[in-house]
Amino acid sequence: MDTKKLILRTKFVDRMCHWTMVACFFLVAMSGLSWFFPSLSWMNGVLGTPQLARMLHPFLGTVVFVLLICMFFRFVHHNMPVRTDVTWFRNIVDVLMNKHTKPLKIGKYNAGQKILFWCIMALISALFATGVVAWRPYFAGYFPIPAIRLALLAHSLAGLGLILLVIGHIYMGIWVRGSVTGMLTGYVSRAWAKQHHDRWYEEEVAPSKDTPAKHHS
Amino acid sequence: MGMQSQDIIRRSATNGLTPAPQARDHQQEVAKLIDVSICTGCKGCQVACSEWNDLRDDVGHNVGVYDNPADLTAETWTVIRFDEVEDESGTLEWLLRKEGCMHCEEPGCLKACPSPGAIVQFANGIVDFQSDQCIGCGYCIAGCPFDVPRINKKDNKAYKCTLCADRVSVGQEPACVKTCPTGAISFGSKAEMKDLAATRIEELKSRGHDGAGLYDPQGVGGTHVMYVLTHADKPEMYHRLPKDPHISPFVRGWKEWLKPVGALGFIATLAGAFAHYVGVGPNTVDIPDPEAEPAKQPEEKETVAASDTAQDEHPAGRE
Repeated sequence: MDTKKLILRTKFVDRMCHWTMVACFFLVAMSGLSWFFPSLSWMNGVLGTPQLARMLHPFLGTVVFVLLICMFFRFVHHNMPVRTDVTWFRNIVDVLMNKHTKPLKIGKYNAGQKILFWCIMALISALFATGVVAWRPYFAGYFPIPAIRLALLAHSLAGLGLILLVIGHIYMGIWVRGSVTGMLTGYVSRAWAKQHHDRWYEEEVAPSKDTPAKHHS
Repeated sequence: MGMQSQDIIRRSATNGLTPAPQARDHQQEVAKLIDVSICTGCKGCQVACSEWNDLRDDVGHNVGVYDNPADLTAETWTVIRFDEVEDESGTLEWLLRKEGCMHCEEPGCLKACPSPGAIVQFANGIVDFQSDQCIGCGYCIAGCPFDVPRINKKDNKAYKCTLCADRVSVGQEPACVKTCPTGAISFGSKAEMKDLAATRIEELKSRGHDGAGLYDPQGVGGTHVMYVLTHADKPEMYHRLPKDPHISPFVRGWKEWLKPVGALGFIATLAGAFAHYVGVGPNTVDIPDPEAEPAKQPEEKETVAASDTAQDEHPAGRE
């Protein structure tokens, strides 16, 4: 691939983190859904037999959580709220209607992506914590039964919320052309960067003399 | 239970549209009645249970009380509980209770179980675990209002009293009933057992046990294992037998409320994404390469070029 005209948006380490997480998350989510909606019980076939799926689900979930921690430290500085996020929210209708009329001062991630980031962080952490409480045969025995009941309800709630958010995330990737390629190869075009993340482009990709490169940390 | 496979009135993790085979449901509801006032705590029922069900629990330790083993396990499906209580006058009373699965009419274990067919309820009221379908998640433990099911460390599967479903299906009483030397345990149709209980309670009351009564808790729709208690007004005295057992609201919320809400969430999310895509089309790049030389043709990369073409064909939402 000729990358001379392209911009490296996501480094190899971050892409590996992301796509390993995707693979594990897919298996965990499919098996989780198979138990939440028994009519979808065939879905745990992705992990072999129902018994094997039940055994592997918490381990794979732990892998997702560990990768999440890595991604937190790799991405958090791009996902802190800034004042220009308000502009994006004010123009949310234009954004969703595909109207690219005015620059929205969007940094490396837009305000919606930042919300997604924090929601995913919160939900996977909640899933891990409640998952440990319900994890047999290793940990559940240390918790009182009422705590396990609450954990199971919270685990399902968080799992549903997370899967719905991830469906939204996948849809955005499909809708915004160039994003999936960007996450797979790491590279996006200059035009893509300028159109979707104008402030990031101006400040960090092609800083002109009067706008010095600025690193948000 | 092959012989009873056509009279299953409830089956875990099974859609109501596709019920379990239940053509042969013209059966009487059965019940086991345990009269605690007659029990001597001989543990003959524990031995009979282990013998009939071919269970060989590990030899445990004496923990200073008569309860032996100290708790129900995956290989001990019934335990006699011994509770020493003193009444207002300081008289010691030894309360015995044979603990085990209560075979609820509305079983919390079955409601919580996520594995299709791992827990079934037969038309005669017996709640049975089909261990080969069990996935070892322990949700039945969370669902049970009586803290009865146990996971076996040997095979990671849940076990509990079957009410000797195999014996009952061929017209025999459960092994514990058969062996009880004092006649404290009776077995028959639920109606018969209630009649028997009424007679016993009347007798106990005439002997001064004013609190005598039947334990058939309606919070779980009644049970197919019932007790005649001398202190039916205070069942907690009998080793924390719950006064008003019911399926936890957390379990109900999880299994009854969240499921349809979650399904709607999925439908709404997928429909929303679909409608959005059909409505506004793909979000493509519509500006030229910002660093391209003005004289040159813009050298877009393949993906961008492809999207540009798509954009021309699909100008929706760009007016």
